[in-house]
Formats: sequence, C-alpha cells, structure tokens
Amino acid sequence: MKILVSIKRVVDFNVKVRVKSDGSGVDTANVKMSMNPFDEIGVEQAVRLREAGVATEVVAVTCGAAQCQETLRTALAMGADRAILVQSDEELQPLAVAKILKAIVDREKPQLVILGKQAIDDDSNQTGQILAALAGLGQATFASKVSLADGWAQVTREVDGGLQTIAVKLPAVITTDLRLNEPRYVTLPNIMKAKKKPLETLTPADLGVEARPRLKTLRTVEPPQRKAGIRVPDVATLVQKLRNEAKVIS
Amino acid sequence: MAALVLAEHDNRQLRPSTLNVVAAAARMGGEVHVLVAGSGCAEVARQASRVAGVSKVLLADAPHLGEELAECVSEQLVALAKGYSHVVAPATSFGKDVLPRAAARHDCAPVSDIIAVEAPDTFARPIYAGNAIATVRCEEPIKFITVRPTSFDAAAGQGGSAPVEPVAIAPDPGLSRFVSRESAKLDRPELQGARVVVSGGRGLGSAENFKLLEKVADRLNAALGASRAAVDAGYAPNDWQVGQTGKIVAPQLYLAVGISGAIQHLAGMKDSKVIVAINKDPEAPIFQVADYGLVADLFEALPQLVKELG
Repeated sequence: MKILVSIKRVVDFNVKVRVKSDGSGVDTANVKMSMNPFDEIGVEQAVRLREAGVATEVVAVTCGAAQCQETLRTALAMGADRAILVQSDEELQPLAVAKILKAIVDREKPQLVILGKQAIDDDSNQTGQILAALAGLGQATFASKVSLADGWAQVTREVDGGLQTIAVKLPAVITTDLRLNEPRYVTLPNIMKAKKKPLETLTPADLGVEARPRLKTLRTVEPPQRKAGIRVPDVATLVQKLRNEAKVIS
Repeated sequence: MAALVLAEHDNRQLRPSTLNVVAAAARMGGEVHVLVAGSGCAEVARQASRVAGVSKVLLADAPHLGEELAECVSEQLVALAKGYSHVVAPATSFGKDVLPRAAARHDCAPVSDIIAVEAPDTFARPIYAGNAIATVRCEEPIKFITVRPTSFDAAAGQGGSAPVEPVAIAPDPGLSRFVSRESAKLDRPELQGARVVVSGGRGLGSAENFKLLEKVADRLNAALGASRAAVDAGYAPNDWQVGQTGKIVAPQLYLAVGISGAIQHLAGMKDSKVIVAINKDPEAPIFQVADYGLVADLFEALPQLVKELG
C-alpha cells in the first residue's frame, strides 16, 4: 500500500519570530526554515510503516515556493521514496492546500494520508480535517498510536479528557500528535541518496485547483507583553503576598 | 442572521467551554442557537436551553452521535449550517476535529482559535505560538469559527428559557467507529476551567515527585498541569500538558514549579491572572512572565508551601 505524507516548510521552532513594525506580518527574511515538527513525525510514521512491511511506498508532498524542495529532500533523506512539489508563490491557506492534496490523492490513490496536526506558523490545525472531508475519507486527528489491519486503521487520539481510540476505514487521513514517535536524525549517506530520488514539480493549475487565499489578514501585531514581577525571598513571603496582595488564595 | 454554536458535552453535562463559545457567538451580530448532538443527551439540551443569550436549542439525539466522531457530528453540522451566518465551536480537541470538516463541505475557509471578535466578519487569532496576533477578515457566506474559550467570559448558565427543537438526524457515513476511551479520573477541577493550576516541569525529575505537586494542589483545590518536557519524559499524562500544542489555560493563579518556561509552554498559560514561578535557576525564562518568582530548590520549597497553606 501507498502512503502519502504532506509536509510544510515553516520557520524553525527554535526561532523567536519578530512582528514587522508596519503590522504587515512576521519577518521571515533570513530566518532559519525547517520541516514543521508535526510533519516530521508524519514522515517518520510513514517510513516506519514501510520498514515494517505494512506500506510499500512513501510519497512526500508539499505546496509552496521553490525552496520547499529542500524540505522535500529532508523527507527523502528520512526515507520517503519520492516527492512532489506543488509550486506556488502565492499565500496558500489550509483550504487551498487541502484542495491541492485532494487532487494529489485522486492521482496517487494512497491508502493512507498522514499530515501534522498543525503547522507551527499559522497554528490553524485544519488541513487534515478539510482534506478528509473533500476526499470523503474518515479522519483520525491528533494520533498518538496507529495500527493498520483488515482495511481499517486503529488510532489512539490525544483528546482533552485523556485518550480516545477509534477505527477509521482505509483509505483514511491521519494527523499526528507529538507522542506518536520520535523522528530519526538524517544521516549524511541518506542525504546523498536523497539527492537521487525522484522529485516531481507541478503547479496548482496543473491539478486544476484554484488556490486563491480566502481569508484576508488585515494586520499582525505583537501580543501584549507580560512584565516580570518581583522576586520573593522565601515561601512564607510568597504565600503572604498571594493572600494579601494578589488575593488569589484565601 | 444567527450563529449556530456546537455544544461540547459528554451526553450528561454541558461542558463549561460551551458557555464561553456562546458569549463569543453573541458578539457576532445575531441570535445564538445551540446544537446539542449526542446520544441520550436530552438533559444536555435542557441545560443549553437555560444558558443566557441562547434563543433556540437544536437537539440531534442518535446512537451514532454519542462518541464525538468527527465524521458523524460534522455531517449533522453540515446539514444544519445553511441559513446561519456563523457556525461556532470551542477550540478544544473536539471542536478542532469537527469544525474544519464541516466547513470544507460548504467550501468555506474556517478561522481557528479566535481570541476576539472585532466585527461580525473580523477576528483576532494568535499565530506562531502566540508570538503574534493576526486580525483576519472572513468573507465566506458561512463563517466557520473555533473560539479559544479562555479568551471570552462565560455566558451565565442560568436564566435563559430557549425552546428545544429536535432536528432530522444526518446518517452515519460509516467511515469510522468508536473503540474505547481512557478518561483521566477527575477528583480535582478540570484543567481548562480551574481557578488555580499547579504545573510541574522536568525539574520534578520523576513521576513519583509529581505527588509533591498533588499535595499543593489539594490545598488550593487546583487542577494539575505539566510542561511538554515533563509529559515527554513520562512524569505526567498527556492530557495535563499546558502549551501551544497542549491546553490553553487562563486561571486566576498559575503556579509553575520546575518549569523553565519554553516559548511553547508560555503560549499556553501567559493569560493567567497571577503567575508564580518556583525554579532553582534564576535565569529561567519563566521568571520573565511571573508576577512572583521564588528562586529555590523545589524539593525544599514544596513541603514548606504545603505547610504554609495549612
């Protein structure tokens, strides 16, 4: 069976982003870019399923500018077999990305599509759910455990009240949560090998997808900053302050 | 023009987050209706009908709606969304699962995790783990929105008397089924609604040491939380995680013990009214957001705290 894994190039999670002073957005010039951490977990899961003999092929796909090829090469170095870049210099919002992925799903006919649960730039947490709806597939979001058998995926999900386990009929869409696995480090020999793996480039128009953004960002500002308060010398002073000054305990 | 709120519940009790979502929906310019979709959930519909500001409750009561399966609940929402200007759900694991799926079926781009309603079509939402706030305009014919519950004061749970109307049940698409649920035992307040949250980080050093926090939490009637590092290390269960990818909390008092204060943790708790940090590293970033900071060894400070709190 074939697995499609969708990845996104984002500002590295260690970078403290800066809001542009004119309110037009976040400064991403000369900032380190990496694969979205949740998507790395997705690639890892797909590669593990192939290594376990459950899957036969892992196809990595991304949507975005030409530089996203680097991110795809990382996925290939982690073990994906081939890659597809749907190239666009426009802002691609989750609905547009999901439409592109739906077109790729129609072409590739994977049994499983794995995505990160959210991208750490726009924090939308939408693309997997939208894709599942558009493709008429079942969805298992926020996965922390996945097993496949008899045409169904059994998935344990991290939900607010604890853990929920559901079964979804294959083909299905799974979105990853943090504890699904720990992604491997890519090794130099694998990076070299990845350079020879096939990478196809398409455009949204090739796929017949209209990718225009639907939501308009009017402005982007810094959040209100919290100021550091005071240091207290000991526990007794702390409790006294909480009782009498902050009045948050009785 | 009316907003349809998707209620979150366990078939017996309306979850408090629904009250915050009703309050947010009331700012979207029209009437507020509530959809209670579940199984054997008529009592929840009655609770929803008493919420202040709600003018109608739609009840979809069917066995396949009982386990919060996204395919089933979103199908019900899709069937009812037409005619509403807004469809609104809490930005909880339930709302985030269901709402984008329903929006997609109407070819509408959803807006996630809003923290303010600036106009019926304009919303503020955090991006980059809360390091920036974007104001977005949504001109979709139906605006599908998830709301961060802690950013809106809850509507009153009493005082309303909205009629409850049963609606036609959307069929089970048959794409998924429920297997099991492991719920955390709740002998303390729920993390997201608690007045006081006591959270531990990697500094606790072991699952065993988290028991020290429990004693403090007992005395403050607090919920327990944890940093991602502590959850990843297996010291605390996943549903305790506070942060960008865990739960967003805004209690009256947040006590961070042995938590360094990674950006992604701060994103989950920096709207708390009062923040206290106990950490032995005076340079820990958590002190930059703490109202009261105590540089101390937590293994000495916690027993003292238990004693002081009586």
